[in-house]
Parts: sequence; structure tokens; C-alpha cells
Amino acid sequence: MAYVIEARGLHKSFNGVKAVNGIDLRINEGEIFGLLGPNGAGKTTTLSMLATLIKPTKGSALVNGFDIRTQAHRVRGSIGFVFQDPSSDDLLTGRENLYLHALMYGVDMRDINRKMDDVLKLVDLTGVQHRRMKTYSGGMRRRLELARGLLHEPKVLFLDEPTLGLDPQTREHLWKYIKRLSTEKRVTIIVTTHYMDEADLLCDRVAIIDHGKIVALDTPANLKKRVGGDVVRISARSPNLRALRKLRYIKKIKTDGGLLTLTVDEAERHLQEILKVVGEVRSVESHFPTLNDVFLHFTGSEIRETEAEGGYFERMMHSGNR
Amino acid sequence: MGELNGLYALWYREFKVFLRERSRVVASVVQPLMWLVIFGTGLGASIALGGENYQTFIYPGILTMTSLFGSLFFGLYIIMDRRVDFLKEVLVAPLSRTTIFFGKVLGGATDGIIEVVILMLLGSLFFGIHFTVLSVIASLVAIFLLMVSILSIGLTIGSMMNSLEGFGLISSFVSFPLFFLSGALFPIKNLPSWLYAFVSVNPVSYAVDALRSMILGVPAAFGLVPDFAVLVAFALLMIGVGTWAFGRMRI
Repeated sequence: MAYVIEARGLHKSFNGVKAVNGIDLRINEGEIFGLLGPNGAGKTTTLSMLATLIKPTKGSALVNGFDIRTQAHRVRGSIGFVFQDPSSDDLLTGRENLYLHALMYGVDMRDINRKMDDVLKLVDLTGVQHRRMKTYSGGMRRRLELARGLLHEPKVLFLDEPTLGLDPQTREHLWKYIKRLSTEKRVTIIVTTHYMDEADLLCDRVAIIDHGKIVALDTPANLKKRVGGDVVRISARSPNLRALRKLRYIKKIKTDGGLLTLTVDEAERHLQEILKVVGEVRSVESHFPTLNDVFLHFTGSEIRETEAEGGYFERMMHSGNR
Repeated sequence: MGELNGLYALWYREFKVFLRERSRVVASVVQPLMWLVIFGTGLGASIALGGENYQTFIYPGILTMTSLFGSLFFGLYIIMDRRVDFLKEVLVAPLSRTTIFFGKVLGGATDGIIEVVILMLLGSLFFGIHFTVLSVIASLVAIFLLMVSILSIGLTIGSMMNSLEGFGLISSFVSFPLFFLSGALFPIKNLPSWLYAFVSVNPVSYAVDALRSMILGVPAAFGLVPDFAVLVAFALLMIGVGTWAFGRMRI
């Protein structure tokens, strides 16, 4: 079976700083593929290379069978891209923004109206299509940009942090639309995100990227299995690590001051015993592994939320259109 | 076909936005009117140039000024497009950079021509300017050539910059000498030779000269054929520079 995207050893350095450090990817037709990692991990850089927005320093990739280094024009005609920042003209209506895009991507004049109606319906914006974009909410704007990305019927759609800066309700709403695109249009979707829940609920497969490298790649369910047990977090005054290490069902112990993160087989059965030996406990919490634990497991650090939030404010600062 | 549609798309966008920004249209007409009414009347109260009313004398110069400032300023919008991701959306499209550049230039020129036509109407209604069909068409051709040149300069500057403030600074460095050394506000006949030298190497002077000759029916200082030759050459040169600048613009 041919892959929609096949990347080999992609590297990208900016002024000697390695942003992407050897990425290999094979993405199947029709899947929703997630690139998960903190800001600065190299997600957007990877996406930009695949979409031919920037050239790789080393390595190469085929997108829809076209070489990103030598056939950039063909690649661009066969993909859709939804950018991190708003990229529509506020003074134009939603429909006019679609019209511009259709013309720029060489959609046949005879099909333009039909295709615009079609994608507007897909994202439920038919009713507001004649309103200027400046009256749209953040979620509506994203939906319009999703629709726009599909207008020229690309085989692959790249979404760069599609829900950045949206409130949780709007985010979940947007996932529904992304899933709909994937099933109704059978388009392959590559999405970057630093939201764990987004990757978990949206993606068929997830590649975890840290420091420009893929550290793990699998379905969310399998990734969670690879954590190797349930996660128990204990805050204790002076945890008795020696006693804990003797318990064989504890697979892994991480300490951060008084905060312990344990990977435990069948936590429900063993929690009582753990609590007995660990010492004076302030709080305890146990759960099935989430992607957050997966991330912790593979990178050794929490996803850097504070840093990631930065993108939101930058976006706010730049949100004024002409 | 694809490139042509793309060209139309970029033009369409600039034109629509222009029509929706009423304040932009109004401001672009009010400023030249202030020059004509206040500066023209004020200075005209004390001086007359060879029997010519001073206000009438500077009218072609003010048309030139409007085209010059408006076209240069147009480059600012490219920086605004970059501040959001609209510019990326355009640059990623499977279009050649040359097409994108020409789309912008034609969009800006359309905006500018509309402003100039409004000023021509006002000129003929309130400032005693007598236009003929020929003088209108010939003037618009000269103005279009000038606009294409200056739009190219503005877009070139805009394509290289990220900050609006920086653009403002650099564009005023460019626009003021071009304006003051163009003879828009004074006759170039009796100038000291050092000043004449500056005026004669300024391409904008040739636009002022041609417009003054065609609109007011006075002899052209440089001659109409040299005027148009310079305007065409300047436009071609600046289109070349602009196309090059767009080609190397980073996404």
C-alpha cells in the first residue's frame, strides 16, 4: 500500500539551531495523524517542510507522490493548509474568502459555487456566509478556514494547532467537524497540537515529538498501554522510597520533591499496601494512563504548558486585521 | 488560466477591501483637497505664476502627490497581511510570485485611479480645471505608470519589513524627497542648477511635467515624449525590482 506521506530523515536547522532532527513518517490514506509535542518541539517546522513552506536542511519526503524538494508546486496544489493564526480577510465575507481561495487554487470556475455551498454546509456556516469575517467568533473563523482548506479537494489537509486559543467547548465542537471532514471527504488529516485530550480523542495515530525527534508513534490506546500500568500520584511528607522499591508491582517511580508518580500494575488492588508503606500521605490520586502520562513516560517531562500558552497571547496581539 | 484566476483573485480582494474601507477613500481625497484649498489659496493670495492662478498651477502636482503617497503607503498592507497569516495563505497557493506581485500592483492601481478620478471630478467642478476626454485619458495613463512604479517600491519595502513603524519611517524617507523635488509645488524653469539637477533625476518630476502640460495646456518643460519615456522606463525598472523582491520573500 502506498503512503500519502512518506518522510525520510527530515532535518531543519535555523542558524545552526536544530529544530527538526531526523524525522521519519509514514502516513496512511484517510487517517487523522497527530503530531504532539510542546511548543518548540519541531511540530510546526515538520508540517511546514511537508507543505513546502520551508525547505529541509537534509532529508526528503513524498507527499501524494510528489517530492517536496523538487515538485513544490505540485505538492501545494494537492494539499490544504490551515494555519495557526487567522488567515482570512476580516473585511470580506466568509463566502468571499472562500471565493478568493478557490480562484487562487485554480478551482474550475463552473464548479466554484457548488463547491463553496458544499463546504459551507459541511461546517454549518451556510447561514452566516454573507457576513463579514470580523463578526465571526473564533470558532466560526476556524471552521471557515477548515472549509476553505478543503475547497480545492486536497488529498491531505494540514492543520496547525487548529484549536489554539479556543475555549474548551468550542474545541470539542471543532473536533466534531474535523472528524466529519475525515469521514465524509475521506481526506487524510495531519494535525499538530500540544493538547493531550485533542490528540487522544481526535487522532487515529499520534507521533510524540520532543526536541525535533519522534520519541513514540502509535495509536493513543497503544501508547497508553506502553506506559505499562496505572498511574498513581502521591504527595507525601517524606516518602519511604526504599519500601516502595521492594513492591514488585510498582514498575516505575518518579520523584519530584514530595510528589511521587508511580506506574503500578492493577492499582486498585495494591493502593492500600502502597499507602501503608509510603509514610504520611497528604494526597493521593490514581488513574488509567492518559496521553499526558505517555508524554511524561517518553520524554521525562510534563508538556510545557506555560510555554505553550504563549502562542495564545501572541495570537491575541496580532489578531487585529486591516 | 490558473495564474490569471489568481491574478483576478488578488485584485478582487484589494478592490473589495478598498470599497469597504470608506474612511480610506475619504481620507485619500480630503488630504489633497486641503492642499488645494488651504495651501493653494494661502500661497496663491501672494503669488501668481505667469498669469496662472497658483491653486490651478499646483493642481496637477497635487494629483501626482496623491498617487505618490497613496501608492507608496499601499506597501503597508503587505505588512498587515503578514501580521495575520493572510500573506501565508496567499504565498502558499500554487501561484507564481510574479502573479501575486502583479495582483497587488493592479489592485493598488485600481484604488489609486478611483481616487484620482474623484479628484478630477472635484477639480472640474470646484477648481476651474477644464478637462477634455483626451486630457483625462492621457493623464490617467501617466498616473497609472507612476502608480505602478511607486506601488512596486512600496511593495518592495513592505516585502522586506515586519514592522509598521519601520515601514512608515522608510517610506517617508522615500516619499518626501520624491514629492518636494518633483516641481509639484513650484515651476522648475528658474531653479538654481543644483536644485534643477535633483529635480531632473527624479522620475516623479516627469509625471508632474506631463500632467501639468496635458491638464493646463502649457508647454512641457522636458517635453511630453521624454516624460512618457521616463515614466515607462521607471515603471519597468521598478516592476523588475518588485518581482525580484517578491520572489525572495520568506513565508
